[in-house]
Amino acid sequence: MMQNNKKNLNITFYLLIVPVLIWLIFMIVIPHAELFISSFQVEDDSGDMVFSFGNYIDFFTQKIYWFTFVKTAAYSIGVTLLAFIIAFPIAFYLSKVTSKKNAAFLILLLLIPLWVGELVTVYGWIVLLGDHGIINHFLMTIGIINEPINMLYTNFSMVIGLLYMSMLFMVIPVMSTLQSMDDSLIEAACDLGASKWDIFTKIIIPYSMPGITSGAIIVFMLVIGDYLAPNLLGGKNSLWFTEQIYNNFLQTFNWNEGAAFGFLLLILSSGIIWLALKLSGQKLEKVGA
Amino acid sequence: MNNILEIKNLSKHFDDVTAVNNVDFTVEEGGFFSILGSSGCGKTTLLRIIAGFQQESEGDVIINGQSMKGIPPEKRPVNIVFQNLALFPMMNVRENVAFGLKRKRLQKADINSKVNEMLERVGLHGYENKKVTDLSGGQRQRVAIARSLVMNPSILLLDEPLGALDRKLREHMKVELKLLQKEIGTTFVYITHDQSEALVMSDKVAVMHDGQFEQIDTPRNLYKNPKTSFVAGFVGDSNRFYLQSTGAGSITTNGGWTLQQPNLNKSASELYIRPEALILNPANNLNGVDQFEVTIKTILFDGSSTKLSTIVDGSNEELLISLPQNAQFEGIEEGHTLNVGIHHNDLKCF
Repeated sequence: MMQNNKKNLNITFYLLIVPVLIWLIFMIVIPHAELFISSFQVEDDSGDMVFSFGNYIDFFTQKIYWFTFVKTAAYSIGVTLLAFIIAFPIAFYLSKVTSKKNAAFLILLLLIPLWVGELVTVYGWIVLLGDHGIINHFLMTIGIINEPINMLYTNFSMVIGLLYMSMLFMVIPVMSTLQSMDDSLIEAACDLGASKWDIFTKIIIPYSMPGITSGAIIVFMLVIGDYLAPNLLGGKNSLWFTEQIYNNFLQTFNWNEGAAFGFLLLILSSGIIWLALKLSGQKLEKVGA
Repeated sequence: MNNILEIKNLSKHFDDVTAVNNVDFTVEEGGFFSILGSSGCGKTTLLRIIAGFQQESEGDVIINGQSMKGIPPEKRPVNIVFQNLALFPMMNVRENVAFGLKRKRLQKADINSKVNEMLERVGLHGYENKKVTDLSGGQRQRVAIARSLVMNPSILLLDEPLGALDRKLREHMKVELKLLQKEIGTTFVYITHDQSEALVMSDKVAVMHDGQFEQIDTPRNLYKNPKTSFVAGFVGDSNRFYLQSTGAGSITTNGGWTLQQPNLNKSASELYIRPEALILNPANNLNGVDQFEVTIKTILFDGSSTKLSTIVDGSNEELLISLPQNAQFEGIEEGHTLNVGIHHNDLKCF
């Protein structure tokens, strides 16, 4: 009987694990391996593929690639910080200040941009920010400005688009850690003579650090790998690294260099996250929990 | 002894409820003062008003002769041990205890020596770098108390801190807390719904009911001489009877049981008798003891607090009697008749 049960359990186990393995192998391992191999290949004069570091050497010798790479990293970190600054008060309000019922309704409102999809919201921002857009039209009508302010196709509009699509992913994890925090912790700190600033920096922020970290990782990943907002809102000069990859694949059809750049982006984002975890003293396994 | 805490005509009204109703009391310096009441009686609200987390509607809180009106919690010379302890989970034991001292901006060496001394005192020497989440219930308890005591408060407020512990540990911590308080001499104001905690530890106990104090007294007096029927029923176990008539020197219950009570000089409607006040097989010549027969209905075995459920002969009143677990009453069984006595001082009429 025992043996039989064990056998059944094994079959169930394999039935459940097979889809996961198929997914992992066919959707993640094989494509990445394929890209990895092709990133080390270049076409020689006779049109054959040969092993080479040429794709990577290109990256390190061409200034424009470097510049794009560094700008993408710097802006992604900046957008993540901005997302935290904007999202934290929202998360605090939703979890600690307003009633549960209100909070549920407000979260629903926050989710609306996700329902319509990034492309639609990006075009929404184009309508708002353009030279003949709603904001410029309004400011000109009430007479604050005479000429439209150039907002669209700048780094400013790109950052707005990136923030808009990623902010919610900071709000939710921070909110859920704050919800688990007992209000008596704040009272205890207060009782022990802590000022409002002390309570914020010594109690609330350290307590919500796991939520902040996981929110920051998600936001950072979404932003650094985003293509739509930099391309449509940032315009021709946005210089986002994903655009370099896109150009390699679909405009110059240099798939090998595209693959190499893809890997460089993966290394870059993983490296920055690793560094951030080290600096903040957080552990990845705790962040996930 | 001067009064470290004075509560003057304190009231707290919420929308349509009065949580604290005109409470007035003083606590002596160095005392262990307990507020005992069932949940919802307003004791937590009272404590939070003293700590400054809630505003009184009327009245005043005076600590060390100084009115606390408008003084925020962080500026009051009191510290509180929360019901759920509220330890900071992201800090280790040392950081938790040092938190308040750091806010006072003391010298680092000063903080260290104070923290070490306090941890030593509560028996947590060697646990400085442990995470508070890795500690046992009793150890967490001690961290919470150390964290508050290291601030050297005039008064330490404790909000049912033993509630979450299991029974054995609670019994142990009761004694430990009492000894700690004696040793350091800080005034403790302790609120609890557990009468055993209040009676064992306190110098004075206030019994709170519906936002008001029913009686403030020593534990012994509270038990021996309850002033109101609520206290008589709440503190310790009691048999309660409703009185039908009170005549000259005697009382009769609704169930037709008549007892001698020469000391009764007021009209009363309730009678309380403690199960342990009843004397089994009393000697014939005991002064002031009324004797009667009971028939045993059931034996409610509960170790040292085993009780007999009996019917008083010649009436239909049920009477619970404590049964000592000794050789004398070994043979007692259901259906037996017992001779029982009660001293008239133990008949509490209200």
